[in-house]
Amino acid sequence: MKLQKSTVIALCSVLEAAHEPGRQISSAGIAEKYGVSPHHLAKVLRRLGRAGLLESARGVGGGYRFSGNAKRVTLMDVIGLFEEMIVEAAGQREKAASTDVERAIAQVLGEIDETAKAVFKSITIATMLRLIERQNRVAGQSPPV
Amino acid sequence: MQAQSADLLVRPVRARDLDSIIAIDAQITGIEKAEYWQERFHRYGERKRQPCFFLVAECDGGIDGFIIGEVRDWEFGTPACGWVFGISVRPEARLSGIGTRLLDALCNCFKNAGVSKVRTLLVFDDMLVMTFYRSQGMMAAPIITLERNLE
Ligand SMILES: CC(C)(COP(=O)(O)OP(=O)(O)OC[C@H]1O[C@@H](n2cnc3c(N)ncnc32)[C@H](O)[C@@H]1OP(=O)(O)O)[C@@H](O)C(=O)NCCC(=O)NCCS
Repeated sequence: MKLQKSTVIALCSVLEAAHEPGRQISSAGIAEKYGVSPHHLAKVLRRLGRAGLLESARGVGGGYRFSGNAKRVTLMDVIGLFEEMIVEAAGQREKAASTDVERAIAQVLGEIDETAKAVFKSITIATMLRLIERQNRVAGQSPPV
Repeated sequence: MQAQSADLLVRPVRARDLDSIIAIDAQITGIEKAEYWQERFHRYGERKRQPCFFLVAECDGGIDGFIIGEVRDWEFGTPACGWVFGISVRPEARLSGIGTRLLDALCNCFKNAGVSKVRTLLVFDDMLVMTFYRSQGMMAAPIITLERNLE
């Protein structure tokens, strides 16, 4: 499964910000860390802001902080903002399938979509943060953020 | 708010817990299955033979939840691991850490029985249970269920 660049950046930004809820994250820092243009990142952050997941912090340096509920916001809530494909795909593909061959292919791809959706919907931001912590413990590293 | 260890006791099921278990299950599933739970009790609770475990969470003398599991060898061709067959917490008692305590206790039983992995099987759009297991660090196992209509 491959997510669009904007989606991956959105996930990284949300996770970076949610790691320390009160803390302001610098967009310049995120852009540099994840090798993305400040312009592209700004667009992604605006979208997350409109969805109520991040809020921009005023003042010198400007930045963003997490404004969602990490225990309730799921990966799907973030991904769904950028990948309409995943949300809509199954229904659309089946509608577009006019032959038996296309219908069979649509059924298989639909199975993959349904599984992907169930995975994204069941993993909250809090669960992801714990996963990151666990990975770091295993690798004996300090937190990434 | 997390269930404090002083308030909550996780212990093996006893015969007198069955009515509460049947009631919790009926409240969740909408179907009262007394016979089914008698059989589960006989199989997982009464039978002291390890590695079957049927644990309950007791709080102020009442039962707030239960969990059932078993260590199975070579299930689906994989080495022995602990399987969680079911977990239920009374709706009014949820989100206070009881589910976590029950799963932790069952995992300890599994570890004591000598296995190092815990697995479960669930309906994949049961988001409540799925989110709970995910929060406990569980990830997809290299197993998939397949089905077919019998024509
Ligand atoms: C799943 C279940 C066992 C969880 O029990 P619980 O005592 O509420 O669980 P906990 O309080 O330990 O919750 C642990 C984590 O699970 C997740 N979680 C549990 N309920 C959640 C909910 N309603 N929404 C989102 N996340 C939830 C959270 O991450 C939670 O951590 P948090 O409190 O820090 O947010 C309980 O909801 C239940 O019995 N559900 C019905 C199960 C059922 O259908 N059983 C029959 C078939 S097996």
